[in-house]
Amino acid sequence: MVHKPRNSLLTVGVSKYSRTQVFAKRALYKRKPAGKLAVCPAAANKTVEVKGAKNGSTRVVAVSKAPRFYAAEDVAVPKKNRKHAGVAKLRSTIVPGTVLILLAGRYRGKRVVFLKQLESGLLLVSGPFKVNGVPLKRVNQAYVIATSTKVDIDCAKLDAQLNDAYFARPKSAKKAATEEAFFEGEKKKEPLAENKVALQKATDKVILEAITKVEHLRQYLAARFTLTKGQAPHALKF
Amino acid sequence: MPQQRSLTFQRVVEVGRVVMVNYGADAGKLAVIVDIIDHNRALIEGPTTGISRQAYAFKRLTLTPLVVKIPRAAGAKALKAAIEKQDVAGSWAKTAWAKKIAARSKRASNSDFDRFKLAKFKRVRREIVDKAVKATKA
Repeated sequence: MVHKPRNSLLTVGVSKYSRTQVFAKRALYKRKPAGKLAVCPAAANKTVEVKGAKNGSTRVVAVSKAPRFYAAEDVAVPKKNRKHAGVAKLRSTIVPGTVLILLAGRYRGKRVVFLKQLESGLLLVSGPFKVNGVPLKRVNQAYVIATSTKVDIDCAKLDAQLNDAYFARPKSAKKAATEEAFFEGEKKKEPLAENKVALQKATDKVILEAITKVEHLRQYLAARFTLTKGQAPHALKF
Repeated sequence: MPQQRSLTFQRVVEVGRVVMVNYGADAGKLAVIVDIIDHNRALIEGPTTGISRQAYAFKRLTLTPLVVKIPRAAGAKALKAAIEKQDVAGSWAKTAWAKKIAARSKRASNSDFDRFKLAKFKRVRREIVDKAVKATKA
């Protein structure tokens, strides 16, 4: 007997439970896909020899037997979700060389130079490191104010190895916590890889060349952005 | 009686008085009083600023020190000719009021870099002035 539907209608077109609530209640994800009907392999028949004089010599039989059991009700197939996150579209005000103001993280308030958008949609920026201490780093454009100031840099000169993989953390084998390690105190920081230091310097060299051509630009990048009394960021022009 | 006038109002509502609209879509634009309708409204037009001839309440207008010489209810053509001949735009730009508005809009259009440079130059000026002041006191 079919039970009463769990999800009764409150009014026409409005059901008591939402799709997600029903999903949780039915808990189909807990169940094993029970009566999954075996997809019949293209009705392959085979001829089998049959014994017995009256049975004829051969008989055509299906290769695989049809199952004895059929699910009485249709098996629910979960809906396929075709949504997936895309790559963020670069804001039109951000072009290579744009001076950005970082808004979050330990470098908040720093003015940095935008170099390019990486495949993940994150922005590749550099302080330059020598000017304001911001290294080559990736930032989300949501946490950035784009200014109208541009540094005239040639982004074709950027090193090709500057991509998302470059910034990936090296996987280090996790050691089990030992007593000695715990009482040893803070571990010494490993120095930055030499090739990364070299790449930082090479990249910044191109930027610094462009920066020195514009008066006050270097000091501007070195200074932190702050709001002063009476300034409203939404009303300011950057 | 020019003396008596200086003691009271400097600017009066009169035909030819240049006014600034201070309300609505035309806020900030200049127009000229062409005719006075009653105690509350005047007929204004600003052919050079894009304000069509219309009745406007005085509370939406601010009187400027400029006056254009035109006859009462002058036509659009005559008004425009008078405005251009008497160079209202030029003498308006010379007023402290217009300069203040221009400075304000320029300041608002400053970019982040411009604001930084301004602060830098201000510091330079301050140092010079402070030094000079200190020298006079010593």
